[in-house]
Amino acid sequence: MTTPPAPITSLITAFVGELRAAGVPVSMVETIDAMRALEVIDIGDRAGLKATLAATLVKSERHLAAFDTAFEVFFATAPRRGEEGRGTPTGPAAEGGGSGGLGEDEIEDLRRSLLQSLLDNDMEALLDAIGEAVDLLSGFERGRPVGGTYYLYRTLRRLDVDQIETLLREVLSGREGELGELDRRLVDEEVAERIEQLRQAVQDEIRRRLVEDRGREAVARTLRRPLTEDVDLMHATRADLEALEDAIVPLTRKLAARLARRRRMLRRGRLDFRKTMRRSLATGGVPIDPQFRVQKPHRPEVFLLCDISGSMATFARFTLQFTYAMSTQFSKLRSFAFIDTVDEITEFFGPGTDFTDALARVAAEADVVHQDGHSDYGTSLAAFLERYGRDVTPRSTIIITGDARNNYRPPQDELLGEIAAKARAVYWLNPEPPSYWDTGDSVMSRYARWCEGVHEVRTLRQLEAFVEELSLPRSRPRGRSL
Amino acid sequence: MTATVPTIDSPAALADSLRKVDYLADDRIAQVAFLADRLGKPILVEGPAGVGKTELAKSLARMWGRRLIRLQCYEGLDESKALYEWNYKKQLLRIQADHDKEWDELEDDIFSDEFLLARPLLEAIRSETPVVLLIDEIDRVEIETEALLLEVLSDFQVSIPELGTISASTRPFVVLTSNNTRELSEALKRRCLFLHISYPDPEREQQILLTRVPELPENLARQIARIVRSIRQMDLKKAPSVSESIDWARTLIALAVEHLDTEVVTDTLHVLLKYQSDIEKATAELTRR
Repeated sequence: MTTPPAPITSLITAFVGELRAAGVPVSMVETIDAMRALEVIDIGDRAGLKATLAATLVKSERHLAAFDTAFEVFFATAPRRGEEGRGTPTGPAAEGGGSGGLGEDEIEDLRRSLLQSLLDNDMEALLDAIGEAVDLLSGFERGRPVGGTYYLYRTLRRLDVDQIETLLREVLSGREGELGELDRRLVDEEVAERIEQLRQAVQDEIRRRLVEDRGREAVARTLRRPLTEDVDLMHATRADLEALEDAIVPLTRKLAARLARRRRMLRRGRLDFRKTMRRSLATGGVPIDPQFRVQKPHRPEVFLLCDISGSMATFARFTLQFTYAMSTQFSKLRSFAFIDTVDEITEFFGPGTDFTDALARVAAEADVVHQDGHSDYGTSLAAFLERYGRDVTPRSTIIITGDARNNYRPPQDELLGEIAAKARAVYWLNPEPPSYWDTGDSVMSRYARWCEGVHEVRTLRQLEAFVEELSLPRSRPRGRSL
Repeated sequence: MTATVPTIDSPAALADSLRKVDYLADDRIAQVAFLADRLGKPILVEGPAGVGKTELAKSLARMWGRRLIRLQCYEGLDESKALYEWNYKKQLLRIQADHDKEWDELEDDIFSDEFLLARPLLEAIRSETPVVLLIDEIDRVEIETEALLLEVLSDFQVSIPELGTISASTRPFVVLTSNNTRELSEALKRRCLFLHISYPDPEREQQILLTRVPELPENLARQIARIVRSIRQMDLKKAPSVSESIDWARTLIALAVEHLDTEVVTDTLHVLLKYQSDIEKATAELTRR
């Protein structure tokens, strides 16, 4: 095996380092595979290089976005500069956010060439025009400590993208001839797609300049985004939420398989003397085949109580979805929603129901507000105890999800004590970091003393760890004390 | 089964050859397939149902003029169905026929090639001519069963306790597909090149439609591709796959449709969408405004 030239080897090593720092697990073997692959491909072909590195280093769709970002930074092409702008940044001219010394005519010209290249689908022309636009409009300054988004919005605003969008729509609508509803819909989608393409290209160009200015490692560090399983559920973007939703089912299946395997190992209990003796008769009284007591699999009966008030809704949704995906692990699963009173929502999640529909029905039909629609844990606990308290038995595990922010109302935490006394255990999942607990109107510690465990759960990974712990016997650590 | 294919020395050449057997590979697919061939590593293809994952393996086999050996995975697949099995009935007969022989001699006799039933994995390893081995929907087997494949995938050999290790005389080209219904084990993923195929962009889908349904007018193909893309963006239980958009194109030809409007689309949605709730949702979206 011949080794590739040193520069590329060290570049790949640094790149793998960045991937790992971004949370993508890359093994030693995979790094070697990538190096070997570079010997058989044309390294000059950038798209081919990207596909090659992706195929050898990344083994899950969830990690592809992080890979893309790191690749664009580490293997950035040189920025494109317009003729005048070559080499010299346009700092002072663009001071103050106005169009500076730049005439509206020049911007109009730029807009026209961008529009034309979008219409022709001419990537080269588009990139040239964008290089020029960034030269003239971004006000890019070397060494200035601002993020790429600052330059991006500055460029887009001064370019007036809405105007390009309007023109684009006019031209595309004209092309299609007479327009039915359907055609109009398609044109709208195409316009949106082209504008997104433009935005993306501007962003890419700005990133190339940042890389040139600050170096790869620095830029890559600022661009790192949490992986799907580490996204903060409370601050997830729409795209994050979609990715989370897709990740839930595969994750739960993997978890279920892991639980089944660990259960099988745990199932061997104490020696069953009677059975062993009985079996030894076949071997002349020699206990050659020891028999063990079989432990019954531990499948908890779960009551899930979710705070579904505004701020907690997303968190409740993922807890519900994850828990229902794991429902085969529990002997019984009942779910309840509350804001300032509580209602059972188990029936909405019957087998075969569409999860999104079920949530919509919960929002529309569950009776959870009696007063003003702000969380009141006290009255909700009282209502739960009154209506469902008799169903709680020593086999029931109660899981409450919420931030314990009680809007300065009486916490009535002794009611939780009453519930805890009837149940096997009470767990509390709080999406806020522990440092926020008991600040402001949070009364976490008042409730915590009745709980077997209070867990900070803000990501899919933490949720997965909690469900795993819940579903296994004997691995139950004591609750976190405050 | 003669190899009349010119040597493939670049991903572009591979894409060209694939096109000749009616598979339109994008640059990424061609690059990974080329790499897999050069490095002798399996490809793990992942993506939603009906984007042409299985078709890729079949087309590669057609392109090289190689035999395709397929292992369809399902829950409960085991060694005796995936690797090999001893033909014990035949072994019993032999024991009865040779009842006067010494046991040692007999044992050598009945654990020989003659009594071995080769299942797809062993068959691919033992083949004299190179084959394409397709391990379809690997995510359906239990995580424990995956381990069966590891030896085949990394060393291209199968160990049979009674016979020893059988190594491949020619390396099979291995394609694994997964619908990502569960996470695969790290050990398996490490041994493979990973290729994620998602729905094609409208331009490529249009090309695919024209290739698979040659009688389709270009304009209609363009419309179909764009509408299907539009429908895929809706929040549906099951988005239309490429094979469903091909079916739709064929249906429209059969109905002699020349131009698509909202009415025609909503009337034929059931070809694209398989759930009643999806059809209702899409109809509502398309007729809005």
